[in-house]
Amino acid sequence: MTPPAPAKAAAPDPCRHCGLPLPSGRSDGFCCPGCTLAYQLIQQSGLGAFYQRLTLSAGQRRLQPEIREHRHLGLSVIAEGKDRCGLSLMVDGLHCPACVWLIERVLAQQPDMLAARVNFSTGRLRLCWQGTPERADSLVGLVESLGFRLVPFDPAKLRDATDEVGSELMRCLAVAGFATGNVMLLSVSVWAGHAGSMGAATRDLLHWLSALIAMPAILYAGRPFFRSAWRALAHRRSNMDVPISVGVLLTTAMSLSETVRHGPYAYFDSAVTLLFFLLIGRVLDHRARGRTRAVAAHLLSLGAAGATRLTGLGQAETVPVGALKAGDHLLVAAGEKLPADGDVVQGNSDVDGSPVTGESIPLAAAPGSHLFAGMVNLTAPLTLCVGAAGDDTLLAEMLRLMEAAESGRARYRQLADRLTRLYSPLVHSAALMTFGYWLVLGEVAWQVALLRAVAVLIVTCPCAMGLAIPAVQVVVSARLLKRGILLKSATALERLADIDQVVFDKTGTLTTGQPRLLTEPKPDAANLCLAAGLARSSRHPLARALAQACRLAPVITDVEEIPGCGLLAGGTRLGSRAWLGLPEDGRTDAELWLAVAGQTPRRFAFGEDLRPDAAGVVARLAGNGTGVALLSGDRPAAVAIAAQACGIQDWQGGLDPTAKLRRVAALQRQGRIVLMVGDGLNDAAALAAADVSMSPASATDIAQTAADVVFQGARLAPVADLLDIARQARRVVRQNLALALGYNLVAVPLAVTGIVSPPIAAALMSSSSIIVVLNALRLMRPYQEGAL
Amino acid sequence: MTSLLLLIPCALLLGAIGLAAFLWALRSGQFEDLDGAANRILFDDPPAKETHHDEAR
Repeated sequence: MTPPAPAKAAAPDPCRHCGLPLPSGRSDGFCCPGCTLAYQLIQQSGLGAFYQRLTLSAGQRRLQPEIREHRHLGLSVIAEGKDRCGLSLMVDGLHCPACVWLIERVLAQQPDMLAARVNFSTGRLRLCWQGTPERADSLVGLVESLGFRLVPFDPAKLRDATDEVGSELMRCLAVAGFATGNVMLLSVSVWAGHAGSMGAATRDLLHWLSALIAMPAILYAGRPFFRSAWRALAHRRSNMDVPISVGVLLTTAMSLSETVRHGPYAYFDSAVTLLFFLLIGRVLDHRARGRTRAVAAHLLSLGAAGATRLTGLGQAETVPVGALKAGDHLLVAAGEKLPADGDVVQGNSDVDGSPVTGESIPLAAAPGSHLFAGMVNLTAPLTLCVGAAGDDTLLAEMLRLMEAAESGRARYRQLADRLTRLYSPLVHSAALMTFGYWLVLGEVAWQVALLRAVAVLIVTCPCAMGLAIPAVQVVVSARLLKRGILLKSATALERLADIDQVVFDKTGTLTTGQPRLLTEPKPDAANLCLAAGLARSSRHPLARALAQACRLAPVITDVEEIPGCGLLAGGTRLGSRAWLGLPEDGRTDAELWLAVAGQTPRRFAFGEDLRPDAAGVVARLAGNGTGVALLSGDRPAAVAIAAQACGIQDWQGGLDPTAKLRRVAALQRQGRIVLMVGDGLNDAAALAAADVSMSPASATDIAQTAADVVFQGARLAPVADLLDIARQARRVVRQNLALALGYNLVAVPLAVTGIVSPPIAAALMSSSSIIVVLNALRLMRPYQEGAL
Repeated sequence: MTSLLLLIPCALLLGAIGLAAFLWALRSGQFEDLDGAANRILFDDPPAKETHHDEAR
């Protein structure tokens, strides 16, 4: 939690609603009309205390209301009995509990609201209201007008994915914890009794009681391990769970036989404690990963949820994207994302193709143009004929490229798995040799020999090793999540530590993906004001950038938008060079021309904003000895400008997806370990091929699916931070493994020679686990470089 | 040692009650929003419409 960014000394106070710096010329305390409305709504609802309670957190977007995109919320509403509707949404922009309070109170003031509850941990909002599904739009609109962004999701799907395993682990943990506490209690009295004050009958009674508590608990709480071990063995492999399962089951069986034979030692406490500690590791691991998985799943659901299909009778119906077939006619409203590949049948518009091609300037769409899913329709409604479904779509082509590229990465084995492959045969043969040695050479009864062999299994049971890696991953992923970085892949952290080459995409990755009016040469104020006034009525990104540059411009009414050309109001025109009939002059920037009757046309040139810290991050990476390259599908001239601004020497423009993939593969052949950072459909194959891949949260669905890591926010610093943190984490993992193995090296000889008694084994085991966890917790300390 | 016959069942019973309480809490969703619950107590005005937690999950 950090205070709002201090405004620059000369600048006035930040916006009273969102806290962003005010644009020059605004004097009413608000940065945009959206913030003014949000502020009024909050005050009218009597919730003004919100502003005193709000604590802004970094990594979350500020609460600046945005223009709403056209969506199909009705599809996500679930009917819950007569006249009752339910809707689950993901909330983007939750800073602190005050946001929870505000959302719940504003919604509770709606008369038809039955329940509105925000889950702060998962960032989800659950709505339940009396009425029709259509009401969803206005309810969601109400919250969005406060500056939050909401995305609907299907709760049934998400619960299946995350909750079942998690709650089973928790139940196992609870049972194991109960058994550990009680069996330990009994064991301590037995150990104390060994001094001589306890009679054999009492000891047997306590052993029997331990058996009664421990055995059902072990059978219940050990299931996650037994299942996984069985699966591994069925596939003739071994994993960490095999020695654990063998150790726990043998220990229990051995202890039971000791108890039956009135023996002095039983190891029930060791078996349940082992399970308890291991389950803690599993639960933590699952929690951290489940949380990031859930958030990542939500980011993906930002994609088109529904499509408007035209029936043969010319009526419109809303259908899920999955139900579309080739030949369907779709209506795509302005501002909507194209749900499928297809050809334009009717309508003229401008289409933002940057998610697919990387090209930053929108393309004109007219009947006959072929468009791809993921592009955004900007200015006017289009009717689209869905292209050949299945294998012929661009999406399917990308998926094929991705699959081929990903097969290389699947060969990566986790450090823990590699260790286990070496470790478990070693453990099993050590136990076997102990048994054989005592039986043949030690001349003791077979029960004693077996007891010593089991002792070896217990002390070598990789309890600390099972905790060593999960503990670090939990701490690190929780810390990364706070900074808006989601680890989607379990092995990403390990792979990240080896990275020595970073490859960036340009549009949307190095840059914010939004055009901005260039201030060189400075446009004169009167014309800018006029142009901005015209531009306010359009959704075209260049027009929006123009409107952004002069927010005080008076709104001009009666503006006609001519898709693919420009805007027209009376005799004044704002639009493309070709529309105004001006000759080409070789300049390649994105541009708009303003023509006022009787004056020479004025030119407005646009550039792309680099992410504010792009150059700094590139310098930081280079300073660490990491190679940096820029691969883009945009025009080489535009790429050159961005590369120069960031200080990247190694750049290439005009690349198609296959060329990007080849370039990444070439780097890998040179022995480089490549991190690819990209956001477009055209990056997906390269993302899948790279050793690790990262996407901004604004990226296309397919890029986010391909990426191992997704980062939020306008800054690029997460890329450099992540590499630093991954290297730090690897150091701690190695220390932990060294500690765990060192403990085993000391304990095994003691166990082989039969010196280790149950209390010593238990104490050694617990202390090594605790040391490992404490060592992992060191990573919680605030991280200095690139601090927030 | 006869006191053990009373004390051990007592200890086990208490432990079992704790276990049952935990499992109940788990099932009824008490662990689903730990951060939210910690802060919710600080909201000083009474909730306008409180509903059963099962519904709000």
